[in-house]
Amino acid sequence: MYLDSDRRPTLTPKLALRIAVLGGIALVAFGVVFFRLWYLQVLSGDRYRAEARNNQQREIKVEAPRGEVVDRDGRVLVDNRTGLAVKLTPDKLPRDPHQRNEVYRRLGRLLRMRPHRIERAVAKQLKALPFSAATVKQDVSGPVVAYILERQEDFPGVTVERVFLRQYPHHTIGAHLFGTVGEVTKEQLKDERYRGVNLGDRVGQSGIEYQYDRFLRGRDGASKVQVDALGRLKRELTVVQPRQGSQLRLSIDLDVQKTGQAALAGGTGRGAFVVMNVRNGEVVALGSQPSFDPNVFSKVIRASDYRRLSDPNNGAPLTNRATQGGYPTGSTFKLITATAGLASNVFTPDTVLFDGGSLTVGGVTFKNAGGGGNGALALRRALTVSSDVFFYQLGRDMNGTLNLQRWAQRLSLGRRTGIDLPGELPGLIPSPQWRNRLFKKHLTDRPWSVGDNINLSVGQGDVQADPLQMAVAYATIANGGNVLAPRIGMRIEDSAGRAIQELDAPPTRHLNIRPEFRQAILEGLRGAASAPGGTSAKVFSGFPIPVAGKTGTAEKGAGRPDQSWYVALAPFPSPKYVVAVTDEAGGFGADTAAPMARTILAKLFGVRGDKAKKGGPSD
Amino acid sequence: MQSTLGTTVKDFREPKPRGVLWFDPLLLLAALGLIGFSVIVLSSATADDIPGDKLYYVYRQGAYGLIGIALMMALSRFDYSRAREWKAGLYVAMIAAITLTFALGFSARGSKRAINLGFINLQPSELGKLLLIVALAGFVVDRVRRLNELETTSRILLLALIPAMLVVAQPDLGSGMVYLAIAVAVLFVAGTKWTHFAALGVLATGAILLVMVAAPQAGLHVLKQYQVDRLTAFMHPTDNPREQGYQINQSLTAIGSGGKSGRGDQATQTKLNFLPEHHTDFIFSVVGEEYGFVGAALVLSLFALMIWRALRILTMSKNLFGALLAGGVTAMLMFQVFVNVGMTIGIMPITGVPLPLMSYGGSSVLVTFMALGLLQAIYAQARQTARAKGL
Repeated sequence: MYLDSDRRPTLTPKLALRIAVLGGIALVAFGVVFFRLWYLQVLSGDRYRAEARNNQQREIKVEAPRGEVVDRDGRVLVDNRTGLAVKLTPDKLPRDPHQRNEVYRRLGRLLRMRPHRIERAVAKQLKALPFSAATVKQDVSGPVVAYILERQEDFPGVTVERVFLRQYPHHTIGAHLFGTVGEVTKEQLKDERYRGVNLGDRVGQSGIEYQYDRFLRGRDGASKVQVDALGRLKRELTVVQPRQGSQLRLSIDLDVQKTGQAALAGGTGRGAFVVMNVRNGEVVALGSQPSFDPNVFSKVIRASDYRRLSDPNNGAPLTNRATQGGYPTGSTFKLITATAGLASNVFTPDTVLFDGGSLTVGGVTFKNAGGGGNGALALRRALTVSSDVFFYQLGRDMNGTLNLQRWAQRLSLGRRTGIDLPGELPGLIPSPQWRNRLFKKHLTDRPWSVGDNINLSVGQGDVQADPLQMAVAYATIANGGNVLAPRIGMRIEDSAGRAIQELDAPPTRHLNIRPEFRQAILEGLRGAASAPGGTSAKVFSGFPIPVAGKTGTAEKGAGRPDQSWYVALAPFPSPKYVVAVTDEAGGFGADTAAPMARTILAKLFGVRGDKAKKGGPSD
Repeated sequence: MQSTLGTTVKDFREPKPRGVLWFDPLLLLAALGLIGFSVIVLSSATADDIPGDKLYYVYRQGAYGLIGIALMMALSRFDYSRAREWKAGLYVAMIAAITLTFALGFSARGSKRAINLGFINLQPSELGKLLLIVALAGFVVDRVRRLNELETTSRILLLALIPAMLVVAQPDLGSGMVYLAIAVAVLFVAGTKWTHFAALGVLATGAILLVMVAAPQAGLHVLKQYQVDRLTAFMHPTDNPREQGYQINQSLTAIGSGGKSGRGDQATQTKLNFLPEHHTDFIFSVVGEEYGFVGAALVLSLFALMIWRALRILTMSKNLFGALLAGGVTAMLMFQVFVNVGMTIGIMPITGVPLPLMSYGGSSVLVTFMALGLLQAIYAQARQTARAKGL
């Protein structure tokens, strides 16, 4: 009878104790749970709420296009195109290291990059910006993109995004002006200049992209989105639209720039030119040959391309010869010698000196370039026929006073002109101090002698200057003594071309040069381009605009061909423009540089159907 | 008179005196409150889970609730003592059902737990909880005079260990642990010696060490690696936030972000699916996020009420069998509540134990209501006995 065993008192003390134990366990457990909940929800609620917000909100940067760059007439010089960038979100890569390497390998083969390099680049970017997609390659062709998109299962975590890339529709035209855009460096981020720039942003790294970066740089937009646990976008929470950078209007005239580069390319292929307004320093054209296509810089440039573009055997196309040239100037320097001599009262415009074909000083004979003598002449004629012996005497007479060096410096030689293009070089005006110091260090075979000053007076020897410096020096004489800081940037505008801010030129230095001195020099230069016997008279015969100009033929020594120079001021007698041209191996100034200057001037003044003429072998 | 009380149908069918409730109203209140709250929570938490059917889970849970309440009512009128005779049949049926799962069950996320019966996906492991309580209670009552023998304790534990091992193999670790908890509770209420429990504690500790530490080192993996990871993740949730710690972190974030009064419609952890299994195992985290400390405390209070009533009914039972049944049901409820809630608040390992009546799932809801029906039957018959005794 099993029922017996089921009979018992309703509640024995033993059972009561055991039920009490069960109740006690429940009580303690509820107590623990309540305290834990209190801790989680009441005491730490704010922290967890912030965590929940982080969970579901993502910020996506929307890159702002940089401002466009236009020429003085609003023609586009630099704009943007959208490229397709391959990006990688490492969160979505397979967790298995083997499979992950497989993705890197596939991607590497497709993009022709080494897999471990992709991995390293991605790791670097993610350290800077966690939780975002890292760029693997900037500008990828359509078929490659299609391949990736059609085989998404082979490329987990790989996405394609539109990015803005710089585009240069005129290719080699003006290449040396614009400079490059690149990712901001760690050092730059510490600079006040780059306030508001984040790691990974692209900023101007050279040229006017660097100079006017804070205007050209847009303001990136950001959209805050809500995502679910799988990272799928649910909705947009806030959107800050990206704002394109301002438009930059340059003083460059695209037509003149094109003409200048074409003219230069027609020479020996290595040289530079500058066209500048002598009244306000606006640079109308500035070019260097050989040039390059800056489009290669719009994405990350290949090392081999960079080597090719920097190789001196190729003419180092990246070098801007107009601001970094550092050439002897030949007779174009005579304007500086004349100014120095007149201003320091070594002679007057009417002082007559004798040119017998050569000058012997200290046992060394300095000859005229042409060989023959020009007889007795004063400053105007000396400039017109480019009498070396005339200026030798001035150089000799100014030796020991430093007047020549001092005036050269004042006219912006041997120093930076202050143009709004980074990378300008100062060049060199040789002085006794300079050479004697070198001599002491055994870097040269002899100390300073009067011969050095004589060489300098006609722009031969150690002098180093570039076309921009010569243009500034000539402009100073033409405009009444204002040493201009050349400007390329003219105005900051909105995208419709309405001015936001004028880029005023910095204050200029004024030199006190008596008007009759300047007049004499200008008339001498005018004669050179027009009077019988003038060095460039033949070149400019029949040219409708009255030009004043000086040829130069710089000896390079060591059997190398002479460098051809021409600096023109037009229209005479109150010039508006200065054109400085040089061809590294062009020979006589009148042979190459002067005809180039005529071509440029023809474009500048709208002379139609002008045909440049070659001058004779005169200096 | 006492010898026949509660064992004959005739007695039970005596006309009921007016003014006496034949069920425990507080226990009923707790159950209705929980299933009602479950439906409300599911309606907001799962609105976006099934595209085009916002109320998919709500309708189903509601239907399970109604069927469950009906089953509870029916069972509360059942002379539970008769079940003692069926103990062996029930036990065999349980083992058969669990075994059948391996053959007929369908796989969901790597584990075979349910058999499709057309209207419901029956989880034998859930039903097994109830069947095991009844069977074990029956076996224990048979050997009540030999409770002090180690053999009794061992046999009862073995009877629980067999189905436990079977469900762990499905794999359903949580249910296996519930079975063992039920067995221990039944023995405890029956009056097994403390020394046996002490020995059991030592044995359990040894077994855990063996399974978790020693065996893997010897190359024998009793638990699957993901089970071990889940079990230990709560001790260091930030170690690997993307893997094992993910669920715990998301659950803590959900509950914590609920604050004092909850986030309501802004409950992003739930609505954007950061919280995994938010309609089943982690429904308490949803309560915590949407209704805050207030809501979580309310749910816990309802469970406290339920467990208090269960313990009270345990003290009232007219016979040992009823007391053992009540003890087993109480243990089942307590264990599931604390392991589930403890898991969501990061103080217990993740074991996949549902929160009774709150978690979505037909088997769990129906079995819980049936267990509560048993409690109501014990209550009703205890009241009747007391009345007959003139107490």
